[in-house]
Amino acid sequence: MSVDTAGYGIWIVIAVMAIVTLATRLGGVFIMGFVPINERVEQFISAMSGSVLIAVLTPLAINGDNGARLALLTTAIIMLVFKKPLLAIGVGIIVAALVRQFPLIF
Amino acid sequence: MSNPQQIITGQNIYSGFKQLIPLSLFVVIFGLAFGLAATQVGLDNGVILAMSASVFAGASQFATLELWGEQVSLIPVMITVFAINARHLLMGASLQPHLAHLSTAKRYGAVLLVSDANWAMSLQAINKGKQGLGVLIGGGIALWFFWSLGTLLGLYFGNLINDPFSLGLDMVMACFLLAMVVDGDKNLRIFCIWSLAALSSLLAYWYLPPNSHVIVGALAGGTLGAIWIGKKHEC
Repeated sequence: MSVDTAGYGIWIVIAVMAIVTLATRLGGVFIMGFVPINERVEQFISAMSGSVLIAVLTPLAINGDNGARLALLTTAIIMLVFKKPLLAIGVGIIVAALVRQFPLIF
Repeated sequence: MSNPQQIITGQNIYSGFKQLIPLSLFVVIFGLAFGLAATQVGLDNGVILAMSASVFAGASQFATLELWGEQVSLIPVMITVFAINARHLLMGASLQPHLAHLSTAKRYGAVLLVSDANWAMSLQAINKGKQGLGVLIGGGIALWFFWSLGTLLGLYFGNLINDPFSLGLDMVMACFLLAMVVDGDKNLRIFCIWSLAALSSLLAYWYLPPNSHVIVGALAGGTLGAIWIGKKHEC
């Protein structure tokens, strides 16, 4: 199923992208409406929600450059020690920038 | 859950909007980069803007630029967009217990603009016993607005930021999400769940079809959490 992007076709592609994305946004709420919430489901959901972020971040950390890795490490350490998100994020980005500007030091 | 019932008011939407303004300023930069990249692929300005405003999911928008040509096959576009955005399903599912008491329109309206940052902040607030729907909705509006604005600026001024990578700007969202993770509960059970999620997402990243790693890692972590029931407030 191919569409020509020269004419109106391009709007079909955009509409398809928008509809698929909207379905993912609304779908989770819709599906969970049929699942009775008990303690096990609650635990699944809470374990899953942290795991989403871990699963996004792990390949980034493993496959990223040293700048990415040290930025994430810095953010994690500052969060653990000071519990200040803005400080942790800010210093993490500065570390990434420094590592990439001066790669030989690291 | 013993938390207070989640409510939606104009006031908490507005304060959620303001709460995500700082991060949204960086989202402008991502939007800028997208606007520039889309222009380089040869898309018209109107099309690019319409895509950012209606899809509002950066990673999937970047990914589909790779599939663009004189002819576009719809099935690969659908699969790519679905795979990258399937994490929204999990986000919506995790919010559903806190939305169940609302009317249908409000329940779905609340997740209309769900994305990584406003979802993470919302759930964090809810888990701490605070109101979280304001930052979900208001924060979503802020992210949506600045993503669209950034895209618009990228059409004209995309060249201004020629190397976001060397400035570390590509790490803003990752560092933000990591800060949200670290700020949550920490104990042996959580540590094991995260380790399993990390390991399985990595294996999926290496050996399974592209973009499947988030779902695989999240479901693996969730399953361990459902088997190994933690004590409430042990955390």
